[in-house]
Amino acid sequence: MTANPMTAVARVKTGHERRARYTGGVLVLLALFVVVVFGPGAYGDATFRLSRPGDAVVLGDLVVPAAPFIYVAASLLAFLGARQFLRGGVRWTSLSLGLGLALVVLAFLVWATAGNAFSLTGMLQATMVRAVPIALGGLAGVMCERAGVVNIAIEGMLLAGAFTGALVGSVIGGWGGLLSAVVIGGLFGFILAALVVTYRMDQIIAGVVINLFVLGLTSYVSSQVFSQYRGLNNAPVFRSWKVPLLGDIPVIGPMLFNQNLFVYGALALVALATYYLFHTRSGLRARAVGEHPRAADTLGINVYRIRYLHVTMGGMVAGFGGAWFTLGSVGRFDEDMTGGRGFIGLAAMIFGRWHPVGALGAALVFGFADSLQQKLALLGTGVPSEFLAMSPYIATIIVVAGLVGRARPPAADGKAYVKE
Amino acid sequence: MQVELKGITKRFGPVVANRDVTLSVKGGEVLGLLGENGAGKSTLMNVLCGLYAQDEGEIIIDGDPVSFGGPGAAIAAGIGMVHQHFMLVPVFTVAENVVLGVEPTGRLDRLDLASARAKVTEIGEKYGLHVDPDEVIENLPVGVQQRVEIIKVLFRSADLVILDEPTAVLTPQEVEEFFGIVRSLRDAGKAIIFITHKLGEITEIADRISVLRAGEIVGEADPKTARLEDLAQMMVGRPVSFDVDKPPLEAGAPILAVQDLVVLREDDAVAVDRVSLTVRSGEIVGLAGVQGNGQTELIEALTGLRMPAAGTITYQGADITRATVRVRHRMGIAHIPEDRQRSGMIGAFTVAENMVLDTYYDDRFSRGPQIIWPKVHEQAAISATEFDVRTPSVFLRAGHLSGGNQQKLVVARELSRETKLVIAAQPTRGLDVGSVEYIHRRLVEARQEGDGVLIMSSELDEILALSDRILVMFKGRIVAEFDATAAAFDKSAIGLAMAGGAGAEVAA
Repeated sequence: MTANPMTAVARVKTGHERRARYTGGVLVLLALFVVVVFGPGAYGDATFRLSRPGDAVVLGDLVVPAAPFIYVAASLLAFLGARQFLRGGVRWTSLSLGLGLALVVLAFLVWATAGNAFSLTGMLQATMVRAVPIALGGLAGVMCERAGVVNIAIEGMLLAGAFTGALVGSVIGGWGGLLSAVVIGGLFGFILAALVVTYRMDQIIAGVVINLFVLGLTSYVSSQVFSQYRGLNNAPVFRSWKVPLLGDIPVIGPMLFNQNLFVYGALALVALATYYLFHTRSGLRARAVGEHPRAADTLGINVYRIRYLHVTMGGMVAGFGGAWFTLGSVGRFDEDMTGGRGFIGLAAMIFGRWHPVGALGAALVFGFADSLQQKLALLGTGVPSEFLAMSPYIATIIVVAGLVGRARPPAADGKAYVKE
Repeated sequence: MQVELKGITKRFGPVVANRDVTLSVKGGEVLGLLGENGAGKSTLMNVLCGLYAQDEGEIIIDGDPVSFGGPGAAIAAGIGMVHQHFMLVPVFTVAENVVLGVEPTGRLDRLDLASARAKVTEIGEKYGLHVDPDEVIENLPVGVQQRVEIIKVLFRSADLVILDEPTAVLTPQEVEEFFGIVRSLRDAGKAIIFITHKLGEITEIADRISVLRAGEIVGEADPKTARLEDLAQMMVGRPVSFDVDKPPLEAGAPILAVQDLVVLREDDAVAVDRVSLTVRSGEIVGLAGVQGNGQTELIEALTGLRMPAAGTITYQGADITRATVRVRHRMGIAHIPEDRQRSGMIGAFTVAENMVLDTYYDDRFSRGPQIIWPKVHEQAAISATEFDVRTPSVFLRAGHLSGGNQQKLVVARELSRETKLVIAAQPTRGLDVGSVEYIHRRLVEARQEGDGVLIMSSELDEILALSDRILVMFKGRIVAEFDATAAAFDKSAIGLAMAGGAGAEVAA
């Protein structure tokens, strides 16, 4: 055997490199798209309001000349794309793609706002609000899946939380409603755990069963009972509370520090879960169970108990997130009002690489898409509102299709553990 | 510490895995537990470390009978086990794995990884087990992972250390180093149970030997005086010949020629790096190497399960680099896969169905879209008899066969085609001696019929016994080639090459 001086490896195109090239092509196409679609219709200036009347610190409006901005964005896109295509740099692929998508969204915003005014502060605040149920859904997923149980039932748990919050909230008040939503979420978590841990039912099917059960039950009650007794579906709403001083920070102050209980709760839970999973003994054990349950078992760790515990905790988080729909928003339950937020939460969990902070970040992206469609519908852009309403789901598909890097789930995720 | 097992019986349904087993071990000695695969060694040890509850009998530690409700209780009693398949969380660091289950914590349940690291280093220095506590397990070679397992056991202050087939994943040099560690543990006063089916190892390391066959203790032996033949007979229950009967080599024309083959793993890492090799008619080529050095990916590329990224595979003059699996089958390539459970057969299918997985579409077995079952069953019965697959009927689910019979089923299916090249990956892993002998004989017969045979195995002894030529793979490359025409193989040189030793580029 002699070493071949001609290195074959150098000529081998790896999948990463192909992906880098492919990304370059996509970016160039996006540049063309921006020029062709947004370019012609962009007249005048787009005005972004950075503060609202009555704010403690008032900033001037951000005025962007539409056409120049769009062409600059397009050329930046083309540059990124060409660079990616020619150099094929693996390291920059995800970053370029992220930047590129952000540029497209900005160009779209400027185009849509051209000749109009648009409140950026309000948009960011709405982003945060709309991210809450998704972030909590994602966090519920993180809790379950880190311990090795796939929780497809988050959607149903959100819905159950929303329903219970409205019903109990109407009868005994907001705090009671919130508490019972959390308890009901935990109850469904426990049921899921019993089905998949003790009875080793297929985890996906068990989740779907819970989703269908909750959807059917709540829809029935709301159409048959709530329509008769409107008093049962009229809960108080948790008002927003401004954190002194911090709430007055321009632009991001209202987003982070002038919100209701659910936003603060979601942020606190994300921080708490991060500490719990990665810095405590119990968190280490939970992750061990999600990665290699047999190893945990041989060390005297009770795999079943840990899975029960974490799926129940995940359910409680989802129950809290569900209460947002009623107690944190409109105070009234409607059929299927969660609208797939639980599934988007699962997408956020994957996008966030099974990390609470990652899930929150991803939820903000989805929340942005969600609030964008809502605000743009008001501007009247010519894009049919049905298409705008699709944007959070389209964002989900793009993310789940793995455009932004492949994440690795916990190794034992979704697999029943059979003690010998 | 003195640990005794008295009259332990363990049943799984109607199957008796251990019957009335009695043995004892005390501090400062190594008890060798010898037995074939499937003799019940692992079951017995799982009883001892609290994973299984025995049906009868008792465990006595220092004179007091104990009963373990679970592994936690056994650990607390000072019993530690290094499992054959490591029980390490691949994405955790060494320190996290070591402390898992007995974590030092501060306030608010906070993990105290600093003291875990210190303890890992301390144990490492005391027993010569050097490991970086912050390294992530999946980045470590198996030999180092094993050290982590031992540190894990010592961290729990075990007095009895059970080692289940610990040398299966090690190179000969690593085995020597490992024996040094075992001796230092023994000299530190630990009791050790060393489980293996390798006779050479047990006589080298054990102070006493107990032999387990079919779940029962069939004898004891003194390693200083015992003859290997006697131990083998005790273990298997009949006389065993160690040598594979093999006529001299009459190699013919090349059948398989691989040129500069590059194969990537799923994550695009290079698994096989510019490998070139040939297999000639009538010779057995052994592919040696520590698991995970690209052998699996190479075999997958040769058999069509994984597309190579570069290079060519030529079979009997034809380029088959991108040929489909079926085309390769029809051209006469047989493939005995590495993992019979996962890719060799379908456990839920019957023996007959498994026999025709590769030929069901053939005119012999189907007419249009319809399978002619009587013919399938008839042929399956013939193959089963011919290849010694012991099954009550061809309608039995293959998953219910013993490991040896499952493997013989796979061999039967693959070799009952017209073959010119046999690629066998780990052909005898986990099998009893009888099945091993049988499969080895079959492979040698294929060679005598003029087939080229490529055998990949992590059991170096198997490679040594069968091969006419040995290629050693390390980090995706073939780093050495050894030829048996002149003399017997140099085992230590091969071992060195397996560990990536320098100067192993060419040997002959």
